[in-house]
Amino acid sequence: MTHRNKAAIAGIGQTEFSKDSGRSTLHMALEAILQALDDAGLAVEDVDAVVKMGANDDIFEIDLLRSLNLPNLRYFNEVPHGGGAACGTIAGATAAVVAGMADVVVTFRSLNERSERRFGESSVGGGLTHWRQYNLPHGLVTPAQWVAIFGQRYLHEFGYTTEELGHVSVLTRKHAATNPHAMMYERPITMDEHQNSRWISEPLRLLDCCLDTDGACAAIVVSAEKAKQLRSTPAYIAAAAQGTGSRAEMMTSYQRKSLAHLEESEATAKELYRVAELGPKDIDVIEIYDPFTPMVLMQLEAYGFAELGKSPALFHSGRLELDGDLPFNTHGGHLGEGYLHGFGHIVEGVRQIRGTAVNQPDGVNTCLVSSGVGVPTSGVILSKEPY
Amino acid sequence: MTNDRTDDYAKPLPAQDGLAKQFYAWCKRGDLRFQRCSGCDAWRHVPREMCALCGSFEWTWERSSGRGAVFSWTTVARPMHPAFANDVPYAPVVVEMEEGVRLVSEVLDCSPDELQIGMPVALAFDHVTPDVTLPKFRRA
Ligand SMILES: [Zn+2]
Repeated sequence: MTHRNKAAIAGIGQTEFSKDSGRSTLHMALEAILQALDDAGLAVEDVDAVVKMGANDDIFEIDLLRSLNLPNLRYFNEVPHGGGAACGTIAGATAAVVAGMADVVVTFRSLNERSERRFGESSVGGGLTHWRQYNLPHGLVTPAQWVAIFGQRYLHEFGYTTEELGHVSVLTRKHAATNPHAMMYERPITMDEHQNSRWISEPLRLLDCCLDTDGACAAIVVSAEKAKQLRSTPAYIAAAAQGTGSRAEMMTSYQRKSLAHLEESEATAKELYRVAELGPKDIDVIEIYDPFTPMVLMQLEAYGFAELGKSPALFHSGRLELDGDLPFNTHGGHLGEGYLHGFGHIVEGVRQIRGTAVNQPDGVNTCLVSSGVGVPTSGVILSKEPY
Repeated sequence: MTNDRTDDYAKPLPAQDGLAKQFYAWCKRGDLRFQRCSGCDAWRHVPREMCALCGSFEWTWERSSGRGAVFSWTTVARPMHPAFANDVPYAPVVVEMEEGVRLVSEVLDCSPDELQIGMPVALAFDHVTPDVTLPKFRRA
């Protein structure tokens, strides 16, 4: 027995993405949740579960309860590991629905990542615990720096230059440029601009790094039967999964034999394809978590869209363009639309299945969405039809 | 080294809780030691209580040869922590030790431009405060 197509995303909501929201993360979360419920034609009283992402947002279940009331809540849970948790909330919601523990599950992400708490700036004080006390004293203090160590190995092992990273950035910004919701709307970049942007932490330049964003997204998960009765077009959850890797730390799993591939994403991919009974060739659109460009290349390989070390060729082939056979980060991703810890990718995945995205390729029946990298992660495959 | 060695050393320091206390206590004595599993002889870092390879809870602290090679690095151009602002560009490195474990550290006598994957390095302790000694490296 699997959960294949037994649940669906029936509602989505999204605030504007900006540099300064001017309101609290809770405020934005509530807006996105109410919008998602309205999208599905559901009321607050229908909600009986919440599965949220852990940390970084200062929102506790209790705050949601005090604001929305949620009189019928009977299941709540929180998924850890930052951006690795985004699709994990969909997995948790699916589990609750399929197990009969909930009928209408709220999931969301809300961040004032630009105006309040920038993840890129280390805030460590004197005392560092866990593995961090072996890394941070040497000046390896932020996600960009942690991830750059992997990127360096990837480029070294497969003999690539940073131009291959530039292709990721250029295409993602091209898609953001035609998305009015994107922070980088009408602001495409060239390879020259990428190569001339300032170094952050080699081999990463500014234009290899995600944006800092204020905003919120929400999604409502219900059973497949219920989804059919609601007014929105369901995006069926063909599979939702979480995955981990060996010798794991948060973004600094340097004890692994190879740092040129992503074990967590490979594990997630394997489980997604097993449950969905699909393979990479069956996927029509991909929304890939893009915090830093090397992690996009490594994920394309982890999810089976290219062999190990071969993903840069995908960016030369035209296949990832909107008119290609595997359109990629159609909304502009974290590099161009905004950084919502992977939740913007989920919302865009639903729009792609519905056929309502601003950058909408024809004939989309399946969409793969991935979440955070270098951490315990997650992914979903969405489907237009239950099969 | 450009580190300020006065009492106002501002860079992050290890909390030295749990097993880290033992790791850094060895460093302070001028001894780089890693855990070695008593069940399967595997070396491991960062310290933890159970061997993920064989399940043993038994280990000893064994001395490293102090020799290794640069496995990866990043050249930090934009300091994201104020205590490192005067150091840019600087390069945290991952050193692969002869024992097979890897250590995040720095190569003291090598500018970021000169770093190369595979470059041999040898241990050089840096007594950054009266309480903390960090394992660093020089070219070998
Ligand atoms: Zn063992």
